[in-house]
Amino acid sequence: MAEKNHLGKVKAGKDVIFLNIIAYGFCSIIALLCLIPFIMILSGSFSSESAIIANGFSILPQDFSLEAYKTVFKEPITIVRAYATTIILTAVGTVVGLLIQTMTAYVLARKDFEWRNGFSFFFYFTTLFSGGLVPTFILYTRTLGLKDSYLALLLPLTFSVYNLLVMKSYITSIPDSLIDAAKIDGCGEVGTLFKVVMPLIKPALATVGLFIALAYWNDWYNAMLYINSEEKYPLQYFLYQQVNNIEAYKKLIANATVSSSVVSALSLPTQTLKMALTIVVTGPIILAFPFVQKYFVQGITIGAVKG
Amino acid sequence: MKEQTKFRRFLKKLYKYRVYLLMLAPAVIYTLVFAYYPMTGVVMAFKKYNYQGGIWGSPWNGIENFKFFFKSGQAALVIRNTVLYNILFIVVGTATQIAVAVFLTEIRNKRFRKVSQSMMFLPYFISWVIVGVMAFNIFSSDYGFINRILVSMGFEKFAFYKEPAAWPFILLFFNIWKGVVYGSVMYMAAIMGVDTSIYEAAAIDGANVFQRIFKVTIPSIMPTVIILFLMSIGGIFKGNFDMFYNLVGSNGLLYNATDVIDTLAFRALISSNDFGMSAAIGLFQSVLCFITVLLANKLVSLYDKDYTLF
Repeated sequence: MAEKNHLGKVKAGKDVIFLNIIAYGFCSIIALLCLIPFIMILSGSFSSESAIIANGFSILPQDFSLEAYKTVFKEPITIVRAYATTIILTAVGTVVGLLIQTMTAYVLARKDFEWRNGFSFFFYFTTLFSGGLVPTFILYTRTLGLKDSYLALLLPLTFSVYNLLVMKSYITSIPDSLIDAAKIDGCGEVGTLFKVVMPLIKPALATVGLFIALAYWNDWYNAMLYINSEEKYPLQYFLYQQVNNIEAYKKLIANATVSSSVVSALSLPTQTLKMALTIVVTGPIILAFPFVQKYFVQGITIGAVKG
Repeated sequence: MKEQTKFRRFLKKLYKYRVYLLMLAPAVIYTLVFAYYPMTGVVMAFKKYNYQGGIWGSPWNGIENFKFFFKSGQAALVIRNTVLYNILFIVVGTATQIAVAVFLTEIRNKRFRKVSQSMMFLPYFISWVIVGVMAFNIFSSDYGFINRILVSMGFEKFAFYKEPAAWPFILLFFNIWKGVVYGSVMYMAAIMGVDTSIYEAAAIDGANVFQRIFKVTIPSIMPTVIILFLMSIGGIFKGNFDMFYNLVGSNGLLYNATDVIDTLAFRALISSNDFGMSAAIGLFQSVLCFITVLLANKLVSLYDKDYTLF
């Protein structure tokens, strides 16, 4: 009972003990339920195919085997290519998106800009009404001719009104006097934004940047709509395709194997291969997340305040 | 004469704001092209689309597309599914998130709070594609974890992927699973905002922890709860395409229980190439969403003026 939280000290009566049992129990169950599906994929990827076929998936690995990973890395080119596509898209998209969102939020937060409410509504209205799937689909495929182009993966996620609002609420919290001082010192608007505002909103840049990056990293939908060529698939859609057409993926691996031994697609694992591929695709983001979690907490909290 | 001065004043402002406007330009152009221009494309809902004609050259066919959508019997089904799923998700999801937020703030062990929250963050970071793989691990007939347990306990296997009745529960589970951290972080922020002197006063008055939760914490975060609730009501006609598509996919056996407006509009476009009907479904949904958002916002403003969005 030594540790304090913001609720202050409470005498440790029966009610406290009872509450502790419920609170620890409930949170543990929810946390474990969140974790277990990940453990199952990991265990499946380290199990032998025959054990999975005989018993089904389990929480712990059965008949430990690296066969599935060996199979995945027999044909690493397609995975590396999907990774490269996603990494480049995420990097370019995040930088461009962050730049546009920051510039826009900065202007909309300027009180000396009389038209700021009009422009705010101009952006906000698009969250109320949208043309829907078909007009957007035709815009990308016909009007702009972006079928099978990387731009069709880049453009849909660069700008979002939600991120704009988060950014604006950060920038609004900067005291006007700082910005006025910069202007008196002879900074132009662009100089003020980059030299004064940007350094002050580093947490905002991290938060909004991570929101944008996560959206790019997890995007499969735009690839499904607009991308035909397999070599242009981003990571998540690559995974979607291989898991749902695992037999075709096995053939691809079998054909790509140049070793002297004849590899037949039939001899390759199926279920464990899906798991290993999922791990290879998910691993990095899961390993990176503890370092960035606090920025997401910040972003979500700001979202709660702003709506 | 007056018009002219007005116009000149406008030009003057245009010049005065030239840097601001230049900085806004990318976002404005983007929004015009990718948000406002597609809005004009809703006319397709009233056209018989053909490839040569495109959006503007295809012949009109009145409300045929809507008639087809409503007469096919699918309209009632997908609207019902969309609304019922959303109500289920909002009610159970909100309750779970509040419970997690309240319990986590009551827990004094900092490490436990941190670790359990990190675990709850895991689902938030992954794509629905991966959730689809997980669902298969747990529910598949041949290899699924649940069927493995059923068999080991001497029961028959249960074919989840052929049984529509199971899917409201499966979808509810994964919806809560993926969103629990987001909601609970928001409610925790609200709880942290509660004036600590109220807690001190409650302690002096001899309130036990349960009274403290139900008489102080929950009433204090009620404004946040109600506002977030009304906002989610605004999206009640929007189906989460990502989730439904990755968990159910093109499994026709389950459509009666799982088809929502968004998945039907998608299939009409991609599988049947019926641009007109898909556009009609999309327009119908956009209009419903527009009306419900306005209504929800009206309700928020009646509840508390400070929280209205516009």
